[in-house]
Amino acid sequence: MEALFFNVDSGFLEGTVRGYRAGILTQSHYANLTQCETLEDFRTQLAATDYGNFLANEPLPISTSTITDKATQILVDQFNYLRTNAVEPLSKFLDYITYAYMIDNVVLLITGTLHERDTHELLERCHPLGVFDTMPALCVATNVEELYQSVLVETPLAPYFRDCLSASDLDDLNIEIIRNTVYKAYLEDFYTFCSTLGSPTSDVMQRILSFEADRRTVNITINSFNTELSKEQRAKLFPAIGRLFPEGNNQLAKADDIDQVRQVCESVSEYRSFFAESSHLDGNGDDLSAVSQLEDRFFNTEVHLNKLAFLQQFQYGIFYAYMKLKEQEIRNLTWIAECIAQDARDRMQDFIPIF
Amino acid sequence: MTRPLISTFHPSFIMGYFSYGLPSFLVLVIALYILLTGSGEAFNVGRFLEETSPYAWAATGIGLDIGLSVLGAGWGIFVTGASILGGGVRAPRISTKNLISIIFCEVVAIYGVIIGIVYSAKITSVADSVLYTRDNYYTGFALFWGGLTVGACNLLCGICVGITGSTAALSDAADPNLFVKILVVEVFGSIMGLFGLITGLLMVSAANDFAAPAAAAEAIVSPFVH
Repeated sequence: MEALFFNVDSGFLEGTVRGYRAGILTQSHYANLTQCETLEDFRTQLAATDYGNFLANEPLPISTSTITDKATQILVDQFNYLRTNAVEPLSKFLDYITYAYMIDNVVLLITGTLHERDTHELLERCHPLGVFDTMPALCVATNVEELYQSVLVETPLAPYFRDCLSASDLDDLNIEIIRNTVYKAYLEDFYTFCSTLGSPTSDVMQRILSFEADRRTVNITINSFNTELSKEQRAKLFPAIGRLFPEGNNQLAKADDIDQVRQVCESVSEYRSFFAESSHLDGNGDDLSAVSQLEDRFFNTEVHLNKLAFLQQFQYGIFYAYMKLKEQEIRNLTWIAECIAQDARDRMQDFIPIF
Repeated sequence: MTRPLISTFHPSFIMGYFSYGLPSFLVLVIALYILLTGSGEAFNVGRFLEETSPYAWAATGIGLDIGLSVLGAGWGIFVTGASILGGGVRAPRISTKNLISIIFCEVVAIYGVIIGIVYSAKITSVADSVLYTRDNYYTGFALFWGGLTVGACNLLCGICVGITGSTAALSDAADPNLFVKILVVEVFGSIMGLFGLITGLLMVSAANDFAAPAAAAEAIVSPFVH
């Protein structure tokens, strides 16, 4: 039934975003890019893709960060085009996508202020999609209460921060707790919002957001081993959604080493492969490389789920999926460019191909 | 943060009570009133059918026919059109090729027009006193139900072609090889409108134009018509 009315408000934008999707680099583009000897070659190769001459006016030599910044700028321009043309409820959906970047920016600013970095430098490093007007004021706050009252209460993030007002002083551990509590609240809220949008959107988005929640849960668990974070505190940071919730989350809250995490993940067939080979290769000794391998597999699965979103028409999931795929592509470009710049050809193939 | 998705006091529930509960309650009250005040025979389907002028049936049938057909065609065109416009932003080549989807939708409206012309040819002016004959009743009913058949067929056919056309446009933008394949699906969808057209023509093939009877005495066949 969604096909009857979806196109009234969002048909044009759906077509547009599918057009954008066709511009995502393919396997053959990557094959060409990895052949490049210098960043100038890299630029020439990119000019033949959908990116066009986006680096044409940059002074030589080009730095990796310039490439990342310019590529992000293209994505931001596309997003802003979609956002200005969107009407409810798509506009709200797109706003939800920006909240994630806003949370990252807020945490970045608080952490930077804590370590007494320069404000302007910090503001430049913020993701352009998560920028809001009162952001510079974040740099003067010293505790969460003040932060909330002076700045955040006027932003859409306010409800998410309400849960962590008890954390009094800002130190590294507390900021990490705040980040995860806020992100948990955000994910749950986004999940609830997607459920209200009805069938095809909610099906696609719940699949993606459930995975995102599970990924965070596993990451929080693994990163909290051998730290000051108590198990009760850890349990509070797990999002109350996802395929591991509730039983797996309970077990993860009590887990002490990576083997227990693997056991929990085995209860979900799609997650079983995450730990499969790493235990064979590394035995039990090298947890660090297992974790980095895990991270790559998470990214692979995320890309896979986001690609699936494009198989269904008349739903909003593709807007989210496009943003995530494009972000992954920018990470890939940065990785390849870094490898070229540092002449590390053997690791160049470690990016995550999309199409 | 957890809260029930829709509470019992949510506006949509109250709207549900009003939109379904109130009309059925009113119908029940009126029916019981008629029945219990001893005038139950006021609800008389046969009387209604015979008292209503065959012209009213015929004209309503033609109106439904063309109205529903155009609704279906228009609906299909906007579903397809929005997708063609969106897909055309990054792949301008699709806009010319996919006009064929728009034409398929348009054809549905033309089916409605054809039936409308055929049906309206049967309406001729007959004096009121000699209108209520067996033949004229038949013509009126045939035009009404024929029109409804064609209209409903074309409405659904138009929507079907429109949604398929929208998919065709987007898949053509992604991969030009898919265009012909999905066009085949679309063609089969648009043939369904033709079924409605044929049935609609067959339904009225035995109906004559409105005409006065040979002998004036035959005119009034119903005791309800005065």
